[in-house]
Amino acid sequence: MTLPEPADLADLADLAPAPAPAVDSPARLRGRDLVVGYGDEPVIDGLSITVPDAELTAVVGPNACGKSTLLRALARLLDPRPGLVLLDGRAIHEQPAKDVARRLGLLPQAPTAPGGLVVEDLVARGRYPHQGLLRQWSSGDQRAVDAAMARARVTDLSQRPVDQLSGGQRQRVWLAMALAQETDLLLLDEPTTYLDIAHQVEVLDLCEDLHRDGLTVVAVLHDLNLAFRYATHVIVMHEGTVVAEGPPGEVVTAELIGEVFDLPCRIVPDPETATPMVVPRRRAGR
Amino acid sequence: MTADLAELRPGRPRARPAGGRGPAAPSPPRRRHVVLALGPWSLRVERRVLGVGVVLAVLVAVAMAASTLFGDYGLAVRDVLAILGGDESDPRATYFVTEQRIPRVLAGAAVGAALALSGAIFQNLSRNPLGSPDIIGFTVGAASGALAQIILFDAAPDAVAAGAVVGGLGTAVAVYALSWQRGVAAHRLVLVGVGVGAVLQALNALLVVKASLTEAQTAAVWLAGSLNAMTWGPLLRLSAALAVLVPAALALARPLGSLVLGDDVAAATGVRVERCRLGLVAVGVALVAAAVATAGPLAFVALAAPQIGRRLTRTPWAGPVVSALVGALVVVLSDLVAQRIFAPTQLPVGVVTGSLGGAYLIWLLAWQRRNPLL
Repeated sequence: MTLPEPADLADLADLAPAPAPAVDSPARLRGRDLVVGYGDEPVIDGLSITVPDAELTAVVGPNACGKSTLLRALARLLDPRPGLVLLDGRAIHEQPAKDVARRLGLLPQAPTAPGGLVVEDLVARGRYPHQGLLRQWSSGDQRAVDAAMARARVTDLSQRPVDQLSGGQRQRVWLAMALAQETDLLLLDEPTTYLDIAHQVEVLDLCEDLHRDGLTVVAVLHDLNLAFRYATHVIVMHEGTVVAEGPPGEVVTAELIGEVFDLPCRIVPDPETATPMVVPRRRAGR
Repeated sequence: MTADLAELRPGRPRARPAGGRGPAAPSPPRRRHVVLALGPWSLRVERRVLGVGVVLAVLVAVAMAASTLFGDYGLAVRDVLAILGGDESDPRATYFVTEQRIPRVLAGAAVGAALALSGAIFQNLSRNPLGSPDIIGFTVGAASGALAQIILFDAAPDAVAAGAVVGGLGTAVAVYALSWQRGVAAHRLVLVGVGVGAVLQALNALLVVKASLTEAQTAAVWLAGSLNAMTWGPLLRLSAALAVLVPAALALARPLGSLVLGDDVAAATGVRVERCRLGLVAVGVALVAAAVATAGPLAFVALAAPQIGRRLTRTPWAGPVVSALVGALVVVLSDLVAQRIFAPTQLPVGVVTGSLGGAYLIWLLAWQRRNPLL
């Protein structure tokens, strides 16, 4: 959506005199040999990942397979020990927090707004990395907030308290906050969970629009059929590792899904989009 | 206020989806915000917050003026104004005004503002109106330090103040360290603080029980919180502390506004969560310690002022400036009441803030049952 400001480019040039993109993997966001966990037991153990630029990537896998953990590590909310997350070729943990937040956005799982907070004011929080101690508000901030609300179709709700909205509206408001951040990489942790089918489609349509605009979008998704329909790239995880990745039409097979989810199934073409559709088999003996 | 109202944007920039849905959009609502700008500084503030802030500032000024003009020592308003203008023809009157009333009223405002600011910081950090320094042990810890000085070391007032600072900071370090578990979760900070506060409260009671009668009396007066013997010395020390702490608190208020949305959202938008939280706790505790060292543990100001401010501005959380103004107003008015209500007997101001705060809390709980949105 936006390129780094010229000042930032100059900074980068100063700090890294030869920012030649690494030849082996030019992708902007990568994780190398990540070991991440909450206690002693790592949830992710030695995982390497490349987030393809300008794709709409869906991360799928059974519960507790490390999807959210991976996303949180990529967004530097968790420290890999050991392992390295690289953003634009440099270790993400060594870059200034606001600098990262102008390039990489994350919408956490099920965020909650304080009671009474008005939509417009929540969306404005997304401008934090663009503001400073002195310049706490600019016309650019106002434009970004208005544009983000329009994009997420919450302009009409702008003066309503967030906690009085429906689940689908609330999720669009949080997406608007992430959009106001004006990053060109956007990570979404289960953006459709707890939403009914219509609101899931609404959120994913928005993701598709953002992807068409050139954003790199990564979303952890639970509904496989919707994931395979919308994603241009899919990462299938199982027990803390990546077991398959690529375009859904190429990687999704009945064997893969059967093994990863421990669910005998058939894969049929989605009658609407011809993308892979998972149809669970009946239990034996019925 | 020197800021000019630079941008009062009349209308909402066109931000509607193309291909307009439904009938013609109604005229855009009046913007809720005003952008204040002065040189490189620019800030967006809600109109209502700005209005409440200006009214509160005026009320604080009026209350301070009233406290200076009216006192036990009968002086006509005209005489006080003459003394303020530099007339020293009546040395006794001059002494009462410049050495007693003025430092007292200034200290009242500063102590109230410091307590309220600290309360706003901790309530927002913990996302809990009860997460105030009174409740989570810091005020009690400051009192422990002061009581130890009074009772164990028979110390002079300045040493008592130093004891309060050390006690408050020490308690904060203990609570923070005990709450640490790969970062400090706000609810754990509150619970640990309540526990540490209970232990220290028992320690304070033990100290008073063990004390001699005179020491116990000194301790009781100190514990109630009083501005009765305020002089320029403690006031100047408090002012020096606030000159550092208030700008720090205002600078940290912005990341605090993001922390209110949760650690993950704050971190994702570029807030360094643990560093900011540590800074906020440090500033909040230092504010309490400085205030308690000056006037003793005034009850309920840190708890009630941010909540009163939040309701006046109708915002989801307590802003630092409005909270500080409410705190200053509450303490200056309470002190006026404490001086006048049983004159010439002067009550400790803490007795008045405690009564007001308790009444407020009861009202709040009774009202909240009927109106859960408040």
